[in-house]
Amino acid sequence: MLLDIVILSLLILAALWTTMTRSLLRSAIGLASVSAALTIIMFRLRSPVAAVFELSVCSGFISVLFVTAISLTNPLTRSEIMERMKDRLNRFWYLPLIVAAAGLALSLMNVEIFLRLPPAEAERDVRNVLWNMRQLDLLGHIILLILGSFGVAVLFKKQRDK
Amino acid sequence: MISSFIIAPLFILIFDRIFFSRSKLRNVIYWTSLVFFLAQMVMVIFPVERFMFCRVDNLSRVSLLSIGLVAFVTVLSSRQIMKDDSKRRIFISLVLIAVIGMNAVSTTRDLFSLYVFMEIASIASFVLIALNKERDAFEGAFKYVLFSAIATVFMLSAIGLILLISGGTSFNSIRDGLRISSHNFLIYFALGVFLSGLFIKGGVAPFHGWVMDAYTAAPASVSIFLAGIATKATGVYTLVRFADSVFLLTAPIKSVLLFVSAVSIIMAAIAAFMQDDMKRMLSYSSVSQVGYIIMGLGCGTPLGITGAMFHFFNHAVFKSLLFINSASLESRAGTRNMSVLSGMGKKMPVTALTSLIAGFSTAGVPPMAGFWSKLIIITALWLSGYRVYAFIAALASILTLGYILKMQRRVFWSRPADKDIQVKGAGFNLVFAETLLAAIIVSVGIFLPFWLRVR
Repeated sequence: MLLDIVILSLLILAALWTTMTRSLLRSAIGLASVSAALTIIMFRLRSPVAAVFELSVCSGFISVLFVTAISLTNPLTRSEIMERMKDRLNRFWYLPLIVAAAGLALSLMNVEIFLRLPPAEAERDVRNVLWNMRQLDLLGHIILLILGSFGVAVLFKKQRDK
Repeated sequence: MISSFIIAPLFILIFDRIFFSRSKLRNVIYWTSLVFFLAQMVMVIFPVERFMFCRVDNLSRVSLLSIGLVAFVTVLSSRQIMKDDSKRRIFISLVLIAVIGMNAVSTTRDLFSLYVFMEIASIASFVLIALNKERDAFEGAFKYVLFSAIATVFMLSAIGLILLISGGTSFNSIRDGLRISSHNFLIYFALGVFLSGLFIKGGVAPFHGWVMDAYTAAPASVSIFLAGIATKATGVYTLVRFADSVFLLTAPIKSVLLFVSAVSIIMAAIAAFMQDDMKRMLSYSSVSQVGYIIMGLGCGTPLGITGAMFHFFNHAVFKSLLFINSASLESRAGTRNMSVLSGMGKKMPVTALTSLIAGFSTAGVPPMAGFWSKLIIITALWLSGYRVYAFIAALASILTLGYILKMQRRVFWSRPADKDIQVKGAGFNLVFAETLLAAIIVSVGIFLPFWLRVR
């Protein structure tokens, strides 16, 4: 239980770092760290297949895609970044307060939930889950990955040439 | 369920990329995609399960038919609008991917699969909007990305909650699970969050902030596709599907739907009046017309849902036609600013006539197709006891007619300005697409009563 809380805290810290860091590259690394923490949680929840997918696709492939896209862009200067950060802070200072208030309100509601969850998919035959039960989703994810790579190539490649 | 509506466009895409990526035959994808979109329409009108590899009900058929038709005219007209062959190939590839997403959304019976393919259609749309790589295009795409990301968070959270409550993601298991569940608060919370996500995706007021910038900043061909079908086949269709197959339209849900649709119809119609940019005006008009679809759905009766889906199809036809007309004007006169365009009726008679037909259909003037769908929606509202909303729907049609006639007068009927605009020669593909869509509007409008009587 304590370990779960520590990992969840790390996950939140990594997510905060991802959104607040000034460098896009560090953001990508932060996001990979979030996925890594999530992978550990999935292992602990006895879903090793989901964990492996999370690690390979989100921490691996998606990070590569992000780094590729970032490497094809021209980064802002330090002063420009600082200026934009100040501007954003002035415009959106109330957003974290809304999130905190919403979280507090939901926790105070104390809603009792009687779960009707099916047994974890990982307990079944993985081949059956992937190729028979979630066949369409698997195809969808493959198309998403192709689309992501295609989109990066279309939008960023010639931008650098200019 | 992997159907031919998903496999065939994917096959065309891969086939083109493998065999023709460096070939001089750059139009292979253009012709093959046109053939596929035609085949999709034929398969939907005369359903043969052997070729579709799936079962489709009437809701899916209307959606698939609209997707096929709008994608067909979009690709057809792109040859005239996008002169660069390699850019057009990229454009058609992205349209094919978006069509895969929309076709899957229309045929799937699983909430998670629906979410995955909705994201495919959305991401393809982001890239399509930014295709010109201009500042406005990037801004429009970025706004769409932001709003879509919020919608995604809403929908994914709702799917998680629904999975907790019902124990499955297939439509049947969700329906059964929600019926026997004692978590009324959680169910309404999850449905509310899910509906908000769909409202954002569908561009319904007050969640429509991204629509105008995305439609206006996108390249002309992309606007036709986006406004005609892309946002409707994801957000709006899912809303109708959910209301029909998953949850019962209870009184609170109906009230929300009717209120949101009335706000959408009136607010966007008033805003459309004040626009100078033709595409921006049409974007507001699109938000307003989506309101009618939601309003029909909000009745909760079979007649209301029929009217909603009929208007869904009509909207796909008349809005695509209006955006093709805007693209025609832009490509030939070099501007879409209505205060600069004048006296185009004599120079572009086909565009002027088809624009009038599409405009009348938008406003619900008989005997155009839009008249029947609006009549069905208003009748359904009246019969269900929502007479105030029926009155709002009828009154807003007059408002719609007002901004359509204002556009016609400024662009086509007014006298040419002193400093005349040079108009280039007409393109066959654009004129053909305009005529085809106008013919559909008129023939559906005239023959529908006879067809209904026969049946």
